Amino acid sequence: MTIANTSRLTPYLFLAPSLTVLGLALLYPVGYMVYASFLNWNPSQHIGQAEWVGLRNYLFLINDPSFRESLFVTLKFAAAVVSIEMILGVGLALLLDRQLRGMTLLRTLFILPMMIAPIVVGLMWRYLYHPTVGPLNRSLSALGMETVPWLSDSGWALVSIVIADIWQWTPFIFILALAALQSLPKSVMEAARIDGATGWQQIWHIKLPLMLPVLIVTCLLRLIDAFKVLEVVLVLTNGGPGLSTEILSLRIARTASEFRELGKAAAMSNLLLLGLMVLTAAMFAYSKWMETRAARLRKAAEADAA
Amino acid sequence: MPEIVFDKVEKRYGAVQVLKPLDLTLRDGEFTVLVGPSGCGKSTTLRILAGLETLSGGEIYFNGLPVSRLDPKDRDIAMVFQDYALYPHMNIARNMSFALRLQRRPKAEIDARIRTVAEMLNIGHLLERKPAELSGGQRQRVAMGRALVRDASTFLFDEPLSNLDAKLRARMRTELAELRQRIARNMVYVTHDQIEAMTLGDRIVVMHDGVIQQQGTPQELFEQPVNRFVAGFIGSPTMNFLTAEVVGEGDGLAVTGKGFRLPLDAATARRLGATGRRPVTVGIRPTAFVPAHADAAPLDLKVIVAEYLGASAVLATLCGGTEVLVETTATPLPRPGDVVRFGVPAGAIMIFDNDNGQRL
Repeated sequence: MTIANTSRLTPYLFLAPSLTVLGLALLYPVGYMVYASFLNWNPSQHIGQAEWVGLRNYLFLINDPSFRESLFVTLKFAAAVVSIEMILGVGLALLLDRQLRGMTLLRTLFILPMMIAPIVVGLMWRYLYHPTVGPLNRSLSALGMETVPWLSDSGWALVSIVIADIWQWTPFIFILALAALQSLPKSVMEAARIDGATGWQQIWHIKLPLMLPVLIVTCLLRLIDAFKVLEVVLVLTNGGPGLSTEILSLRIARTASEFRELGKAAAMSNLLLLGLMVLTAAMFAYSKWMETRAARLRKAAEADAA
Repeated sequence: MPEIVFDKVEKRYGAVQVLKPLDLTLRDGEFTVLVGPSGCGKSTTLRILAGLETLSGGEIYFNGLPVSRLDPKDRDIAMVFQDYALYPHMNIARNMSFALRLQRRPKAEIDARIRTVAEMLNIGHLLERKPAELSGGQRQRVAMGRALVRDASTFLFDEPLSNLDAKLRARMRTELAELRQRIARNMVYVTHDQIEAMTLGDRIVVMHDGVIQQQGTPQELFEQPVNRFVAGFIGSPTMNFLTAEVVGEGDGLAVTGKGFRLPLDAATARRLGATGRRPVTVGIRPTAFVPAHADAAPLDLKVIVAEYLGASAVLATLCGGTEVLVETTATPLPRPGDVVRFGVPAGAIMIFDNDNGQRL
């Protein structure tokens, strides 16, 4: 082998260990799951004993009203939390993008919810939502208002998990939006002030458009996460009452453990994975598009300067 | 166009005083250049005028009205920033029309104004582009265009040419000077480059350490600097400074130091007054040296390096161990090692106090 050949292969050599781990820990289970989704497989059986059913698991799911309900709940949940969190997070960032005494402490406080384990968040909110001893209802009755059936009413239950998720994940958007805001060129803001833009006009015409690339990626990241949410819902409502909060990942878990239908659970996971892959692809396509656009603009500028 | 008056304007950041109480009057329609080394407070002065910084004391008046509490948008100013500060997400036309659109001016008027300014600055073909698609010089023009479209009464420039390469900078400087003829507005221009200051300004304000050192026309500053700082800052190549002593010479006075003895003219001698020996600094501009002749005191200089510039040459020479720059058109050029005799006319000698740098 020549030296040129060796040095061309060197990067791959260094990549090999991590590629191996990735292959074993990620591709193997995913492949296993795809294979399992074509089987009618009971946990008591060895995978070899399971019956091959082709696409029947998928066909069943498409026609299964419970699955469709669960998908619908997940979509509702994701749409609600991501849109509210985006508005709150960006709003907070715009408010707190200034030199304040104790700002560092405030920022740390703001991101605390994000650092708490989801199970703990679930337990905490279960206590807050408790119908009689929970602080929320106790405050309401102390104020002479009617108490709210936070987790026991099928209408309120989804609202309750949405609130808990917003509490936990708004800081994520806040932090990213604040970082985006603080990296905006100062002189551009000053130019806008001199051009006569009021505070709102600066936000609307300058800050938000300039933050947009970061906000789009943040939004997609949160969307991907929101589709996978499990622990908080598991602890708070376990999908109930009825199917009102049975988000997809919870239904997958129940299908596998309670209904003992590994094939259908695998098929559901695959559908969820496909959905998430579309979102991720959208994110990559977006950043790729931004990159090519920037490159094209640079090239045009250089051509002009020459 | 307002007359702008700074009345004891101060700026402090915590314990650091960046502007000592500063009085300055910018007359109607004048092109004023604030010039000084970095950290001298010139940009802060401009930003206070723009309303981007608050002042810590004193007041600014536009035609007698205090403005220090007004927002930038209420001061009727337009500004060109050092990094141009174009809005990256808007095309050039929208960049230029932003202020007018915020004022909800009729579209026909906005279009007409953009066309006029774009033509004047030769950027008409760029209107649909984004700032990232432009070269540095083009961005510079757009930044200027954005300010001009506003038709504000006062234009502020914060080192607008410092991000351009030398050749482009010279061209833009000329264009700015032309532009200035066509637009009768107050202009305040901040730069650290004394050549820009000399070529553009009706009036130059030299600042150092948060204090105005001197203000006046380019000629006044060059010919009559009030202190050593201004003398050294204005003019290129920079003025030569030699340590010396004032001594009596016949009826008059002379300055003497290592390797030279130069008689002073009667006017300078009168200003210096008493004849007692006193240490001073002598300043001689590189352009002041003449070929040796009877009316000028002779000075022998040993050439170290000769820099040929085409029309003239700059000689780096030694005078009693101190480096002295001489600008000369003499041919043939002296060679390194030669000792050349130059003449120094008595009127070209400036004397500075050693303690406070004031001109004597």
